[in-house]
Amino acid sequence: MITVMKSGLQDTIQDTGRKGYQKFGVVVSGAMDPFSHRVANLLVGNEGQEATLEMTLVGPRLLFEKDVVISICGGDLQPKIAGVPVPMWKPVFIRKGSELAFGAAVAGSRAYLAVAGGIDVPVVMNSRSTYVKAKIGGFHGRALQTGDLLSIANPTGVSAAIKQRLGTNEEAFRAADWLIAAKLLPNLSNRYVIRVMRGRQYDLFDGQSQNGFWNEPFTVSSLSDRMGYRINGPALKLKEQTEMISETVTYGSIQVPTDGNPIILAADRQTTGGYPKIGQISSINFTKLAQAKAGDQLTFNEVTIIESQKLMAMQEMNLKELRAYISTKFR
Amino acid sequence: MMYNLSPLGDQAVVIEVDTEISQLAKKNVKSIVACLNAANPPWMIEYIPAYTTVTISYAVELDSCETPYDFVCSEINQLLANVKEVSNSHREIVRIPVLYGGEHGPDLDFVAAHNGLTTEEVITIHTSGEYTVHMIGFAPGFPFIGGMSEKIAAPRRETPRLEIPARTVGIAGMQTGVYPIASPGGWQLIGRTPIELFLPTEDPPSLLTAGDRIRFYEITPEQYKEMRGDVE
Repeated sequence: MITVMKSGLQDTIQDTGRKGYQKFGVVVSGAMDPFSHRVANLLVGNEGQEATLEMTLVGPRLLFEKDVVISICGGDLQPKIAGVPVPMWKPVFIRKGSELAFGAAVAGSRAYLAVAGGIDVPVVMNSRSTYVKAKIGGFHGRALQTGDLLSIANPTGVSAAIKQRLGTNEEAFRAADWLIAAKLLPNLSNRYVIRVMRGRQYDLFDGQSQNGFWNEPFTVSSLSDRMGYRINGPALKLKEQTEMISETVTYGSIQVPTDGNPIILAADRQTTGGYPKIGQISSINFTKLAQAKAGDQLTFNEVTIIESQKLMAMQEMNLKELRAYISTKFR
Repeated sequence: MMYNLSPLGDQAVVIEVDTEISQLAKKNVKSIVACLNAANPPWMIEYIPAYTTVTISYAVELDSCETPYDFVCSEINQLLANVKEVSNSHREIVRIPVLYGGEHGPDLDFVAAHNGLTTEEVITIHTSGEYTVHMIGFAPGFPFIGGMSEKIAAPRRETPRLEIPARTVGIAGMQTGVYPIASPGGWQLIGRTPIELFLPTEDPPSLLTAGDRIRFYEITPEQYKEMRGDVE
């Protein structure tokens, strides 16, 4: 059991998303930063798709009522136990009765807390992800509130081995003496270069807009959330006004409403959209998008789908290696 | 069948059958959906039909140096080489009860005045039409409905409402629709149905499916209450 002593700004339970129901208009949701979510799971000996806690900008205070292995990945929300910083990107044993307190984000904006076994909430349409607007999934379909009690599912053998290795009766927590390879850690800053493929309606935009899109920076607006990011930069105009036929949109689709200010769609995006899409963010850079906050600068660099898929294949290989390493080290 | 393939990011591909909404496009989308349901290829995560497109999201790991996108495109070409045309099968009509006007339909008077009709005439026209569900999208269970009479068309509100209650029936331009869950929106609201369109605990989780035919019928406040049962 985990007790929420004080909730953060927006703590929601997320997994890899609600797949298979978009044809019924059901939003996919899932972790905004799928990479950090997955690494957090792997580090505690989970399979990868278990539900974690996604925390945004200001995190909660959590009381652990049992000995448990956790890991925290993603943005730095200053996790501490009894004032002592808890290291990120590695497994951490937490002794029962300890209180894990998150603060405000000092790098990035979203952190993921994985627990060995995963956070146990009912599965709704194949997923444990919270979709607040429709009040489905996660913890009663909403963000966590002070006083909520979270259950933990049964851990794997690997998790049990990690716990045995790190377990202590002395300190409130003990972190592993290793962490994931530096090449896997995201670079968090205030300026991000993001790989983008041309969108399905790229050719409908005029030359000046296409140039501006690739060569000028965009600023993340405060009107940004799990559904989408509004960004401000050079106005993007079509060669001629056309009414588009609504079609499917996806995570990372950059659509441009008539006012010329683009919206980047994110995890809680609607399933279909009727605005032209100038670009599509490469999956490899969802982490950067998820970690960007209001005021941060985004610059778009063109990639082809071939390059984009190669990068994803490479990341997949790295994560498989990480998983293999952990399951050999702890058994 | 003629179609174009193009990527939607690096995890989805769009099959486009036409560049404008047509009967043939509708039929071809239906045929592709039937084909995908039958084949259910292992690399397919899900498909999403719309007016002129079917989008497939995929996950595939390859040992060869072929890219997942090229692999999926050639798989789709093979599948669609044998696609069978689906006849316009007659689905049963889904009948949707509506309590028109009053607190649930605050814009019924506007729609009437805008078209030089009485509110009763608007209701008669709205309930006499047979409609088709073109696609489900925008929100869970939200049907894009075609076939409304232009006699009751009305422009969207200049300022959208911040929250429209779930199950509200509205009109926007030439379209009519029902909001399955509470959401902001600019539609003119003419009534409310007591039945749920989004059914999160059922499979499928949506009352309506693309291709369904529907009709609206008028109910009294008493019937509305009775149909809601203990819910309210």
